[in-house]
Amino acid sequence: MIEAGAVAPDFCLPDQDGDEVSLQDLAGQTSVLVFYPLDFSPVCTDQLNVYQEVLPELEAKGARLYGISVDSSFSHKAFQAQMGISIPLLADFHPKGEVSKAYGVYIEDRGHDQRALVMIGPDLEVVWSHQSPSPLEIPGANLIFDALEQAAA
Amino acid sequence: MIEYSDLECPYCARASRLLDGLPLRRVFRHFPVVSKHPRARVLAAAAEAAGLQGRFWEMHDSLMADQGHLDDPHLWQRCQRLGLDVERFEADRRSEPVAERVQRDFRSGIRAGVATTPSLVVDGVVYPGVPGLSLLERLGRREP
Repeated sequence: MIEAGAVAPDFCLPDQDGDEVSLQDLAGQTSVLVFYPLDFSPVCTDQLNVYQEVLPELEAKGARLYGISVDSSFSHKAFQAQMGISIPLLADFHPKGEVSKAYGVYIEDRGHDQRALVMIGPDLEVVWSHQSPSPLEIPGANLIFDALEQAAA
Repeated sequence: MIEYSDLECPYCARASRLLDGLPLRRVFRHFPVVSKHPRARVLAAAAEAAGLQGRFWEMHDSLMADQGHLDDPHLWQRCQRLGLDVERFEADRRSEPVAERVQRDFRSGIRAGVATTPSLVVDGVVYPGVPGLSLLERLGRREP
């Protein structure tokens, strides 16, 4: 997967409302791309719910979060509503997984993304990345806080 | 064993039933995920308020046994059943120290890397989700 120091691969993806979000929109802010397998996976409390709980703190530290999976905008819209979260969800739907492949987090034989976090600095350079050893292991929000602190140091 | 749990989470209730009766010391920490469970933080505070009258686990068990009745009047009924001073309970569950206690638990979970409920911490390792058979056996479960 993509590592710190790399130039963030360009992208332009629709969010849950069909509005396009591109890499250029992230210039000047610290962003965290949260790649995850699929909407509506069979767990009670999703990773994104937990991130939502600490979102005010993350935003206070200057970070913006974006979820990305291969699901469509319509699926994202329903998933976002069901989870009660405000984190925007980007649809890497067509061509399927293209952006995820560019970031090296697409699992070819499963047809969906690995759980992975990519932090992009204001100058659109990757400053930190983390890949879960397995889709069952959910990266805690502590990793994002630690990475933000490191980036600020 | 530390358990990070959300009193409105059905998977947590299931985990709790599996952990009941195991020969170990259970340390309960609140991990309320309000975006998923709107009453989670209210319930965490209610359990702490009951705890101030020496009935934390009783309130915990009561909530976990019936997560379909979680509105304020239901909480008062539970208090009455447990013999709690309802007026004191009402003041305590809205108090600053109780809110801080719940938030401290939540923060400790975030620091430990908890990302879903329930999560168990055994010997410093976080086990997300309802505990499976092998973990339960490690925790001392005997075949019935």
